[in-house]
Amino acid sequence: MLRPLAVLVCLCLFPLTAPEAGAQQAFAPPQNLRVIDTPSDSGEGLTVLWARAGYDAPEVRYQIMLGDGAEKKMVAEFPADSHYVRDSRWPWWTRVDRPDAHQFNLKSGKGLELKNGTPYAVAVAVVKGAERVEAAPVQAVPAPNWVNWNQMNNLLLVLLFGAVVFGSIRAAKRREIFLRRIPGLDAVDEAIGRATELGKPILYLTGAGDMSEPSTIAAAVILGRVAKRVAAYETDLLVPHRDPIVMAVCQEITKQSYLEAGKPDVFREDSNFFITTDQFSYTAAVDGIMLRRKPAANFFMGSYFAEALLLTETGASTGAIQIAGTDSDHQLPFFVTTCDYTLIGEELYAASAYLSREPIQLGTLRGQDFGKAFILVVLALGTLLATVGVLFATDLPMIVLDLFKDLK
Amino acid sequence: MIFLRRQLPLLITFVAGVVFAAQYYVPHPTSELMLTEVTKWLQIISGFALVLGVTSLFHIHAVKIRRKEPGWAYSLILYGGILGTIAAGFSYSFTAGQWVNGKETINGIVTAFGWIYSDMMVPLQGTMFAILAFFIASAAYRSFRARSREAALLLIAAIIVMMGRVPLGEMLLPVSGDVTQWILNVLNAAVRRAILIGISLGAVALSLKIIFGMERAYLGGGKE
Repeated sequence: MLRPLAVLVCLCLFPLTAPEAGAQQAFAPPQNLRVIDTPSDSGEGLTVLWARAGYDAPEVRYQIMLGDGAEKKMVAEFPADSHYVRDSRWPWWTRVDRPDAHQFNLKSGKGLELKNGTPYAVAVAVVKGAERVEAAPVQAVPAPNWVNWNQMNNLLLVLLFGAVVFGSIRAAKRREIFLRRIPGLDAVDEAIGRATELGKPILYLTGAGDMSEPSTIAAAVILGRVAKRVAAYETDLLVPHRDPIVMAVCQEITKQSYLEAGKPDVFREDSNFFITTDQFSYTAAVDGIMLRRKPAANFFMGSYFAEALLLTETGASTGAIQIAGTDSDHQLPFFVTTCDYTLIGEELYAASAYLSREPIQLGTLRGQDFGKAFILVVLALGTLLATVGVLFATDLPMIVLDLFKDLK
Repeated sequence: MIFLRRQLPLLITFVAGVVFAAQYYVPHPTSELMLTEVTKWLQIISGFALVLGVTSLFHIHAVKIRRKEPGWAYSLILYGGILGTIAAGFSYSFTAGQWVNGKETINGIVTAFGWIYSDMMVPLQGTMFAILAFFIASAAYRSFRARSREAALLLIAAIIVMMGRVPLGEMLLPVSGDVTQWILNVLNAAVRRAILIGISLGAVALSLKIIFGMERAYLGGGKE
């Protein structure tokens, strides 16, 4: 527990351009050599650490020697003014030495094999011209770890965001939350009404993803809300699928919606049907349905790829009212140009809340808004801190910036 | 029954959700192994689910043929296509002197199954993809008509990016290359990232709701 604190203190005390430690130091073997099992990894890795030397310069080279018996072989060689702790991708709370110390990670891969549980002797040599000195070898054993401490900032922020979402849901249960208008969702009723008046079906697509994708789940949830209204108007619903599991789930959702609307007799088992998993065969089939059945309204929800424009442009040519909602940012321009309404990105996830007005859904939306506000503040603060770090050549801003690193 | 239909799936979702969310933070090989195993299960389940899909497909088209609905001949062609491809996959290749067994080529000789795939399926897919070029042109024509300020802005940006993306355009208007890069790297990237942040937060919130059983619509609606 004390180590991250010590590293934090070092970050504060030793700026980026620390004074030349031991500038007058003679050409000696690397000092304070330590070899440890690489922390927070899946094993088969060792981390080599040694002190910065006064002779560190581009023309001087360090050599990493590795051996599991009497013999050692060179596994890496690099200029002496590189491979510092501060250059590593590790955040400050997992760093194992001062920022100006040297660090080299050995990992099983091309031309190098490290086995978990096997002791290895590692030495570091320094070469300058014809001179070469080597530190005494140090032994270490690679082992896999159970916790990736480098990702703890990610976990912390997920927990924080989760708490905000659940807090917002509780608040939404107590009082009404304002929801801005989303024209695309206001148009859902209009589209269903139009289809009913014209006596034409409604086409609903759940996208190219499978049930493991949040956008497909969101599309399936919205289908439930749309199907409920479709059932009330007794309009035909067509839901062609690319994934059999999504089809099975959507069949259940649609059935339940018809039950809730009090119209179980109108429900048709074959309103959800499978076409094919192949991208363009599916597109050709859906285009065919559009041209033959001429649906009055087309819904494109979920994730899409190259088929997006082929589908929406065909739909536009039939004169159908088209509502799209996708998180596929690369397809958004096509949807925007060819559909009457487009739910952009997060609006797809907000659609369920908008259509249902349930406190749980509304609270989640409010939580997301808090999350976005938090990210905006972090972006502004991060930009400022990073600029300060470069201007004043200090590592201090990294204390905050590391907290938001690699938040995938 | 309610336990099997509602509570058990919710329990499985909660346990699986928590375990696999935690898996992201566990680098140990056991954790990786678990993920690999479950991914294999998922593939097996998907394989079985395909039977559901194909059954649905056969059923829908059988009804169309039986009722002689408009366009029922296409359903007949679909039946012919599916059964013909299956037959070709299991047939005997007299040229190669052995059973095709789902192979596209045997000793360099293209089988009937391979011919269906390479000479029918692939060109048809290519044709569908090629149509995209014309659709892009027609969609662009409709949206780029400078009817409003936004459309005019879109038109100008599109012209600059197009000029900057082709050698001839850059030759005619040398500055277009740099302006294109600026539009893509600054304006476009900033907006895309903003959208992605919103999407990520939405996806995390939805996942949390599903894991903790607050979102149950994917189980078939109902509030019991």
